[in-house]
Amino acid sequence: MTFLSTIKAAALSAAMIVSVALPAAHADEQYFPLQSYRVGPYAAGGTGFFGGFIDYLNLINIRDGGVNGVKLTWDECETQYEVERGVECYERQKSHAGAAAWNPLSVGIAYAMIDRITADKVPLITVNHGRTDSTDGRVFPYVFPLLLNPYSETSGIVNYIASKEGGIDKLKGKKIVVLYHGSPYGKETIPIYELLAQKYGFTVQQIEVPHPGNEQQSQWLTIRRAKPDFVVLRGWGVMNPVALKTAVKVGYPVDHIVGNVWSNSEEDVIPAGDAAKGYTAITTQASGNAYPVVQEIVKTVYGAGKGNLEDKARIGSVYHNLGIVNGILNVEAIRVAQEKFGHRTLTGDEVRWGFEHLKLDPAKVEALGAKDLFHSINVSWDNHEGEGYVTFQQWDGKKWNVVSDWIAPDWALLRPIIEKSAEAYAAEKGIKLRTAADADAVATN
Amino acid sequence: MIADFDYQFFIEVLVGGLLSGVMYSLVAIGFVLIYKTSGVLNFAQGALLLFAALTFVSLVERGVPFALALVVTFAIMVAIGVAIERTVLRPLTNKPPITLFMATLGLSYIIEGAAQLIWGTQVHGLDLGIEDVPLEVGGVLISQFDIFAAVVAAGMVVLLSRFFRYTRIGLAFRAVADDQFAALAVGLRLPLIWATVWAAAGLVALVAGLLWGARLGVQFSLSLVVLKALPVLVLGGFDSILGAIVGGLLIGASEKLAEVYIGDYFGGGIESWFAYVVALVFLLIRPSGLFGQKLVERV
Repeated sequence: MTFLSTIKAAALSAAMIVSVALPAAHADEQYFPLQSYRVGPYAAGGTGFFGGFIDYLNLINIRDGGVNGVKLTWDECETQYEVERGVECYERQKSHAGAAAWNPLSVGIAYAMIDRITADKVPLITVNHGRTDSTDGRVFPYVFPLLLNPYSETSGIVNYIASKEGGIDKLKGKKIVVLYHGSPYGKETIPIYELLAQKYGFTVQQIEVPHPGNEQQSQWLTIRRAKPDFVVLRGWGVMNPVALKTAVKVGYPVDHIVGNVWSNSEEDVIPAGDAAKGYTAITTQASGNAYPVVQEIVKTVYGAGKGNLEDKARIGSVYHNLGIVNGILNVEAIRVAQEKFGHRTLTGDEVRWGFEHLKLDPAKVEALGAKDLFHSINVSWDNHEGEGYVTFQQWDGKKWNVVSDWIAPDWALLRPIIEKSAEAYAAEKGIKLRTAADADAVATN
Repeated sequence: MIADFDYQFFIEVLVGGLLSGVMYSLVAIGFVLIYKTSGVLNFAQGALLLFAALTFVSLVERGVPFALALVVTFAIMVAIGVAIERTVLRPLTNKPPITLFMATLGLSYIIEGAAQLIWGTQVHGLDLGIEDVPLEVGGVLISQFDIFAAVVAAGMVVLLSRFFRYTRIGLAFRAVADDQFAALAVGLRLPLIWATVWAAAGLVALVAGLLWGARLGVQFSLSLVVLKALPVLVLGGFDSILGAIVGGLLIGASEKLAEVYIGDYFGGGIESWFAYVVALVFLLIRPSGLFGQKLVERV
């Protein structure tokens, strides 16, 4: 063997070793890195959401053989809902080729990833949460707070309270207390409640509950003294059942408490027992397992022994259905992008383009088997929330029952505030505002 | 101005704070028991509380009768307590206190992980059959559940005080607490005493776990109630059961009053750190706490 052929052989061996060591997507695979949390304080939410998400991906693989023949793959990395672990998972999973989108379901982890995923050009999905101004796709090209950002949620809640009072003009002179979690998430909506109070003429008192919220006696005594017409519960984790129990303890009527989107799950009401009966909360997706897509998951995925939830009684729970809806949005974005770029493994930037053209009207939602599970979505290059509708559900002691129509938040009112905030962020970070033409330019590798 | 002061509301906040303080004391007593006899600040007490509540509620949900579930859970807690003493603390005898503290810190993570591994991650409701509708006494609303918890805490203090004062093993506990080497010299069996005290701490964890579990729901966050017990211990003293009770009352009342009356000046949500401010002030004035033993060391 000559010196040259030895070098060639060595180079070939090295290339083979590298190709084995680096995980790569096959031509017909699209990969989802899942930064899940199945242990730790928020495991109940994590197992439900990621269970629903994986169940839907499995449904697409088993029933349809993937998206137009492209198989969906994923792996899970445990974060325990901790930011540093989430970032560690990101570093570990990002080397996998063919990543479609990140879905950490954690405000903290999402914040820590924004700069990284923007550099990588892979979408970051923060369904129902995240920073409000990331709705503005001119500034945040790869972040998608799909269906509902915190400001839209606030507007939806105020509109619902108005409907209970007999119209938006009846809010004048009313008093609303917002009981919020003492964290950046909890504080995110303080300015918008103040603004809506000024606009509609109600008074608002915003009271903080320190993390984790397992003691709320003083806050609820203050509320009782304030005698508000409604209390908005903007809680998280243990804060929610404690709020409901303490409300009963101080004699505040639970049917005048309206929960936000992270105070709306079975995990929030079951620990409160009878105290939660009559409590109402906002949601973007209804709970229950009667919807065709959920029934298909039961039949096809659980029937094949591939269901992700250990406890089948949790099928159709709030978090499980949110995971399913999140699965639908991710899969449909890939489908949209495939129509443009071909039925193959897509780059992250191509999937971003798919999200920016994701339009599911009620007819399409029905065709997907999700009629009444969620309303619709209409994402564009500069509106990354997609005008999600909200509905309200009331806990009867055993299950949630939908008690309102689909309600539209006041997007026209909110948009200028969101743009102002996003532009301030862009100025601070030196980001050039994206145009429609910029959004159409797609990186193919 | 004073004429405008709402005294009824003040009393309501005060009473609510005192009753919340009793709940903190329940957790603090578990710390005191271990510290009193072995000098170990058992950070795993919160995890034990979680494990006890989760075990109990999981057994009840599987159809085990309430009383039997209570007995079985207590037996499990005793077994865990003895196992911790045997496998972790005994091998670390005579090691510096910080080593023992770190060992219990590690233990707390292991117990939390084991609890979720064995019983799952779901949250559970726990109904002890106590109505939680408020009682109105002179225009002041008082929680029936909190009164029940206060009675249980008082009963436990009486029980433990009598146990320490009038039983042979209780006297042995006190001897060990006073001077381990002298206790050994007169023939007391330290391992047996420590195992018993860990079992007693298991019982306290069970009682506190059930009461806190009924209040918060049985979920992972139960283990965080230790954070409420720490300022109580600093204030009352780490080795005094009476101190745990008085400390709990003071912390509970002061944090609630502070939240309501001065919270707005600091943007609200001050009660979690205000408790530590009170504890730190006491620490500066009286380092061994209100009822803690003053340590005098010969150098």
